[in-house]
Amino acid sequence: MPATAAALPSFSEAIARFDPVMGMEVHVELGTITKMFCGCSTEFGADPNTQVCPTCLGLPGSLPVVNETAVESAIRIGLALNCQIAEHCRFARKNYFYPDMPKNFQISQYDEPIAYDGWTEVTVDTDQGARTVRIGIERAHMEEDTGKSLHVGGATGRIHGASHSLLDYNRAGIPLIEIVTKPIEVDAELAPAVARAYVSSLRDLIRALGVSDARMELGQMRCDANVSLKPKGTAAFGTRTETKNVNSLRSVERAVTYEIRRQAAVLDTGETIVQETRHWHEDTGETTAGRVKEEAEDYRYFPEPDLVPVAPAREWVDQLRTTLPEPPAERRARLQKEWDFTDLEMRDVVNAGAMDLVEQTIEAGADAAGAKKWWLGEISRTANDRGVALDAAGITPADVARVETLVKEGTLNDKLARQVVEGVLAGEGSPDQVVEARGLAVVSDESALGAAVDEAIAAQPDVAEKIRGGNMGAVGALIGAVMKSTRGQADAKRVRELIIERLTP
Amino acid sequence: MTESSLFKRTAAELAEAVAAGEVSAVEVTGAHLDRIAAVDDAETGVHAFLHVNREQALAAAGEVDAKRAAGEQLGPLAGVPLALKDVITTADMPTTAGSKILEGWQPPYDATITRRMREAGIIILGKTNMDEFAMGSSTENSAFGPTRNPWDLDRIPGGSGGGSSAALASFQAPLAIGTDTGGSIRQPAAVTGTVGVKPTYGGVSRYGLIACASSLDQAGPCARTVLDAALLHSVIGGYDPLDATSIQQPVPDVVAAARRGADGDLSGMRIGVVKELGGEGYQAGVERRFGEAVEVLGKLGAEVVEVSCPHFDYALPAYYLILPSEVSSNLARFDAMRYGLRVGDDGSRSAEEVMNATRGAGFGAEAKRRIILGTYALSSGYYDAYYGQAQKVRTLVTRDFEAAFEQVDVLVSPTTPTTAFPIGEKVDDPLAMYKNDLCTIPSNLAGNASASFPCGLAEEDGMPVGLHVMAPVLADDRLYRIGAALEQALVSEWGGPLLDKVPELETA
Ligand SMILES: [Zn+2]
Repeated sequence: MPATAAALPSFSEAIARFDPVMGMEVHVELGTITKMFCGCSTEFGADPNTQVCPTCLGLPGSLPVVNETAVESAIRIGLALNCQIAEHCRFARKNYFYPDMPKNFQISQYDEPIAYDGWTEVTVDTDQGARTVRIGIERAHMEEDTGKSLHVGGATGRIHGASHSLLDYNRAGIPLIEIVTKPIEVDAELAPAVARAYVSSLRDLIRALGVSDARMELGQMRCDANVSLKPKGTAAFGTRTETKNVNSLRSVERAVTYEIRRQAAVLDTGETIVQETRHWHEDTGETTAGRVKEEAEDYRYFPEPDLVPVAPAREWVDQLRTTLPEPPAERRARLQKEWDFTDLEMRDVVNAGAMDLVEQTIEAGADAAGAKKWWLGEISRTANDRGVALDAAGITPADVARVETLVKEGTLNDKLARQVVEGVLAGEGSPDQVVEARGLAVVSDESALGAAVDEAIAAQPDVAEKIRGGNMGAVGALIGAVMKSTRGQADAKRVRELIIERLTP
Repeated sequence: MTESSLFKRTAAELAEAVAAGEVSAVEVTGAHLDRIAAVDDAETGVHAFLHVNREQALAAAGEVDAKRAAGEQLGPLAGVPLALKDVITTADMPTTAGSKILEGWQPPYDATITRRMREAGIIILGKTNMDEFAMGSSTENSAFGPTRNPWDLDRIPGGSGGGSSAALASFQAPLAIGTDTGGSIRQPAAVTGTVGVKPTYGGVSRYGLIACASSLDQAGPCARTVLDAALLHSVIGGYDPLDATSIQQPVPDVVAAARRGADGDLSGMRIGVVKELGGEGYQAGVERRFGEAVEVLGKLGAEVVEVSCPHFDYALPAYYLILPSEVSSNLARFDAMRYGLRVGDDGSRSAEEVMNATRGAGFGAEAKRRIILGTYALSSGYYDAYYGQAQKVRTLVTRDFEAAFEQVDVLVSPTTPTTAFPIGEKVDDPLAMYKNDLCTIPSNLAGNASASFPCGLAEEDGMPVGLHVMAPVLADDRLYRIGAALEQALVSEWGGPLLDKVPELETA
């Protein structure tokens, strides 16, 4: 097997011979106030083991009680994914031993998920324009998260070589929804983009539902990507691998691409794909085999006897149906129309993850072009440099709208506006505070401006003479001089007016 | 009042005496603590208790006395001592479930029933011995040594709640809490001549009950009289939001039922004798006492008929698939990582190795046997044939009950096929041991209410025999009406309670 990515066939070589089949499994941590089966807080960032109780620590004698809000969120996610909602479903125990699992079983759902058999539509951009692809949803089910292990003393932070491990059970029992797609078969060249678009659209949907912030960098949304290949034109699926914890949109696309190339290389040599879990390495852009298991893990699922079945009343489900947000694909189309963006412009906005931010900026008073310009320009660059999400760059949609207003009012010109945004991104305060502190307002004091204009005319009598002679093309040179002397803080339009006032009858 | 007149009295009498100021709760508690010190030696005595909390008990009794002095209204069992099975968590006492793997574990929380009893002014004397994780019928599976039957110290007191039943029969406490997964309240009651009630599943909270098999476990009251059991039942029963399987309905008025039954009139009651629970394998003296008790019920006005429950024959094998399956999962948490025993953690072993070593050293043979059985029964490829089939039998047993309760108000049988056997007789024969629970298991599978009431001594060995009464789900009150009627009839026939005949124990 080739050792490095460089030695693998290219993506286009791989898909010339094989068709990929994908399956995505996404875990979403719900943003409920309390955990799945107890009253402990779910707040992120607390000191280790401070948000625990007998139930989420699995102490002898403790019992779980289902969080109704989590069930409601699960149903709403299911409905938003066009799923059937079970009239009656049970929790099941998934049994396996691991120190970060307090009970050495996880309460999950097995053969009776709360939501099943749905679909969602995602949009991908191709050379021929935007394409909408329908993704089948196999199921969405409820379960509890595990605790977290921190391996101390080893070089890698992994259990191997560590001298000891620390366990934090704050995360144990946080509600999770696992959403599993049906096999995804699309035009081979679109596969990685569809995988990414699916996760991206799911994230938008989860946020629009208000059930989770779905921040992948915080582990609130975690993605496992299943990939298999079959020779072009054949029907039977190949052996799949499951790449675990692919935790950014970009990584989803890269990991799927890499697996397609890697599997093609293996199949090209006549070998077979090993059914295994694989780890994604962000730094090298490669996947590596997980621990080889002798045989498939037997989780000995059985119905959770400590809980009664969940049987959501139909009236409740119908009522929840009325609380659903607009489907992401429809919303994208509507906004593109409202904003009057071209396909290309809209694609840039979506790819930058700026759709919500642009929308909020417009709601705060900016026009569409202005909002897009800031989020895709200055702010995107800063966010990229810092390696943070766009909405974590340090500026709010309201700030951006305020800058636009200041430009419209004539308080700022383009150049000054950029400096204000830069100041806000640098943490210097609100746009108005930055204007104040940096003294960036356009010079609007007429007498000061008049003096600067007189000075420029006196310094360049020959230019002044040309203007008097009717050569308006020469005005620019004087404007430039005034802008220079006011360090850019003059309103160029007003400067022009003042020059013409003085030099023409 | 003398000490002996205090510890021989019923819970109802003691509560009344405390409320009337005839005796203080501290005196009552002290008398029972002294009795424990006199008869409960682990080597030579009854060994009902694993842990006694003298100071806490006296302090709690002092609070009851202070409330009374302040003129506060006291609950109907305030100031009455109780023996708590060591499978129910207590924030002020260790809780071991009879296992080495939990030796010394101090729970950070009270079980719901512990809290309810404290709020009612009941004085918890200590924690009683039991088969490890409630798995056994003799209390010989305790990691801390067997409990002895006060009727004959060479015999078993039943199990798993042998500590609780023995504490009652040796007058160390007038009240006790048991838990019943396949008969662990009723069988010990039967073989010690005491009263034990397994309430309807979901009628008493399981929050804080260390699980054996979650779908079968049920905590319940144990006492020497039917009224005392009813009083305790009404304290611990009722909906608990911390237990999802707890029933959101009021507990039937079991105290009123017990008082009504004591009038000795059972006219209008229809009683079904279960055909399948008797005959071969049943001790002659047990069958004789059972037959006489049914005759008494008839004389009190009940209509007695024979009823067939054909699937009860399959209840035992189904139970021994469902129970180990749940056990294998429930007992997985005992892994040395967070609490309890830890073996082999010398820095050279991985977490997995420490888990293995701890579970190997910490669990007894019966626990291991059931973990292995259950792990196998749930394995993929075997699930349908074992766990799946057993659940079907469970449904059939439930239907047998439903059909029977269309004809009769309650069903009856002997509680156990035999009286208490000698310690050591069946330790190497698990199947013989399992058969102790033949009559009691169907109610755990179906979740209905059942109880055992004393009905005399078998002539061949002089050991107590129990009458088993089974009532429909949420009809726990019927048990008390029948039990109280039988009790008043037999006590007047015998000229006193059965426990008057228990031999005097040697006191230390
Ligand atoms: Zn908790």
